[in-house]
Amino acid sequence: MQNFNTTILSNQELSPGYYRMRILAPGFVAAAKPGQFVMVRVSGGLEPLLRRPFGIFRTGFLPADCDGLPDKEYVEILYKVVGSGTSILKGLHQGDGVELLGPLGNGFELRPAAEQILVGGGIGLVPLYMLARELVKNGNVRLLMGGRCRDDILAVTEFERLGVATYVSTDDGSLGEEGLVTDVLQRKLARYPEAAVYACGPMPMLRAVHELCAAGKVPLQVSLEAFMACGVGACLGCVVKGAGHSETDPHYLCTCKEGPVFMADQLEWDLLEDRQDGCGCGEDEA
Amino acid sequence: MSEGKMNMDKKPNLAVDIAGLHLKNPVMPASGTFGYGQEYAPFFDLDQLGGIVTKGLSLNPKAGNPTPRIAETTSGMLNAIGLQNVGIEAFIRDKLPFLRQYRTPVIANFFGNSLEEYGEVARRLSDLSEVAAVELNISCPNVKKGGIVFGTDPQAAAEVVTLVRRHLSKPLIVKLTPNVTDITVMARAVEEAGADAICCINTLTGMAVDVHRRQLRIANGTGGLSGPAIRPVAVRMVYQVVQAVNVPVIGVGGITCAEDALEFLIVGARAVQVGTANFVDPQAMPKIVTGLEQYCRDQHEDDINNIIGSLKLS
Ligand SMILES: Cc1cc2nc3c(=O)[nH]c(=O)nc-3n(C[C@H](O)[C@H](O)[C@H](O)COP(=O)(O)OP(=O)(O)OC[C@H]3O[C@@H](n4cnc5c(N)ncnc54)[C@H](O)[C@@H]3O)c2cc1C
Ligand SMILES: Cc1cc2nc3c(=O)[nH]c(=O)nc-3n(C[C@H](O)[C@H](O)[C@H](O)COP(=O)(O)O)c2cc1C
Ligand code: FES
Repeated sequence: MQNFNTTILSNQELSPGYYRMRILAPGFVAAAKPGQFVMVRVSGGLEPLLRRPFGIFRTGFLPADCDGLPDKEYVEILYKVVGSGTSILKGLHQGDGVELLGPLGNGFELRPAAEQILVGGGIGLVPLYMLARELVKNGNVRLLMGGRCRDDILAVTEFERLGVATYVSTDDGSLGEEGLVTDVLQRKLARYPEAAVYACGPMPMLRAVHELCAAGKVPLQVSLEAFMACGVGACLGCVVKGAGHSETDPHYLCTCKEGPVFMADQLEWDLLEDRQDGCGCGEDEA
Repeated sequence: MSEGKMNMDKKPNLAVDIAGLHLKNPVMPASGTFGYGQEYAPFFDLDQLGGIVTKGLSLNPKAGNPTPRIAETTSGMLNAIGLQNVGIEAFIRDKLPFLRQYRTPVIANFFGNSLEEYGEVARRLSDLSEVAAVELNISCPNVKKGGIVFGTDPQAAAEVVTLVRRHLSKPLIVKLTPNVTDITVMARAVEEAGADAICCINTLTGMAVDVHRRQLRIANGTGGLSGPAIRPVAVRMVYQVVQAVNVPVIGVGGITCAEDALEFLIVGARAVQVGTANFVDPQAMPKIVTGLEQYCRDQHEDDINNIIGSLKLS
């Protein structure tokens, strides 16, 4: 975990409202685990004041022959423009500076299973790529990717290049099959009851995934979001309700430090609020 | 040239004294924004700090408030963490051993839900050799217990300070809330009751609304406003308190850089605490220490103590 001033290598629009930013990040290739995140200070000034958390999409090396210098390590984030911070980010260019803090959080636990099923909703796809990169070494990996419309379906070909079987669904049928990603999951779980599932996306989607997995006794890990100030466990602003939480015997888990990835049975699902824990898609669907 | 003017080869002296507590420089974290120290240890050597102030402790572990607990506002943030903490037992068992490896004095911030609890926590902290001083929080806007709001009633404040003083054999810093009409009344009351130093300010009670959902942005409704947005209020209150009391004053509220810290020192604060800025830049505090040293050089002062209270009024 480190904090440093660094440089943007590229910042491109992937589909309307979604961007991919590549940032110089020495040490990240060895340090970053699938499911971890970074906090980005989008402006050197006081507005917006707090850093913004983004999942690590991937890390890699920029080959030396690009500029004759030694290999440079980079980290890539994919982000959706939803408000003030991400609007500033999208306006940044190659060569601009940003402050980066990370890698943060716990990351996914790689579970041995013959069938590994990844479920991504919109920008919730982000932490799944590095996970897939690890999991393809030891088993079949399937990515079920859902969104409202075709614009929400990101980077699927990159998963395919890893050898991941991908299944796309959209609410409006504009890409892949029409319907919810959880409909696809239901079919896959019927076929592969021994699977392990990993999911990230809007809270209503995660809730449905949890219900399907709980019913089939399939181990599930979810990556959650919460509003964060520090990202390192100091402010206690980002907590979610853990299993067994009650008014009289409260049990909170820190999303930035004990998460963002949780085993589904660590959480008190009935008490997780759709409002603050959903994915940054900013979606309000019930 | 006065005697304080500096010999250019010498490092300026940044050390300050707070009620017998020796700090190698006047910079320390504000309680609740630095965890128990360990969270920020990866980013710099904690021995660069003047002191380490820990998250507010209570007798028993405290779970804190429902979420969302924080919201960002213009140049600031609102929080209603609700003083979530591990409790004194776990603090001693799990947190103090880590802090022991540093030479920097540890200042334990604490609070109680009743007079008895304030006394009991003070007694327990008094016994700990690793704790150099305590900071009594009578100002948290998020605790309402027993009908008494210790931080806004001078008599209740004096009562709790007197009681804590009786149980304590270490320097006692009392942290004040800004949510009062006249902070000097509170400052005098706690000084008279036995405070060795005063820390001000805690957060300002605020509120923010999500206009799309027409809902309050934090679950508790109100929260404590911190960050650069509150600095002018904090500077004013520190200035007023410095005039009103004889004990040293620690200034806190919206400090992000050396220049911000200097505002507090120049109006008379003997030391400063940095809160929200730690979230924005985990290395804010060591940068502030370096910045203070540079300022002393630039101003040809060989001792930071010459800057404290050096405000020119005409
Ligand atoms: C661990 C973690 C990983 C994340 N990974 C990604 C990622 O890979 N890609 C991505 O695009 N986004 C990700 N997010 C969400 C991202 O942090 C927010 O979208 C971003 O902070 C919004 O900043 P803003 O200034 O543009 O929006 P603001 O102006 O702050 O807010 C605009 C709207 O966005 C919503 N929002 C703000 N912050 C969050 C948040 N933390 N979670 C959910 N909704 C929020 C607000 O409710 C508001 O309606 C992640 C969040 C967390 C906690
Ligand atoms: C997340 C958070 C938690 C806090 N917790 C405590 C606490 O436990 N005890 C306390 O005395 N003050 C607490 N405070 C108040 C700070 O110590 C400080 O007085 C206030 O934030 C103003 O300083 P700043 O503007 O530099 O943040 C907390 C502040 C924040 C932002
Ligand atoms: S964001 Fe501060 S504790 Fe998690």
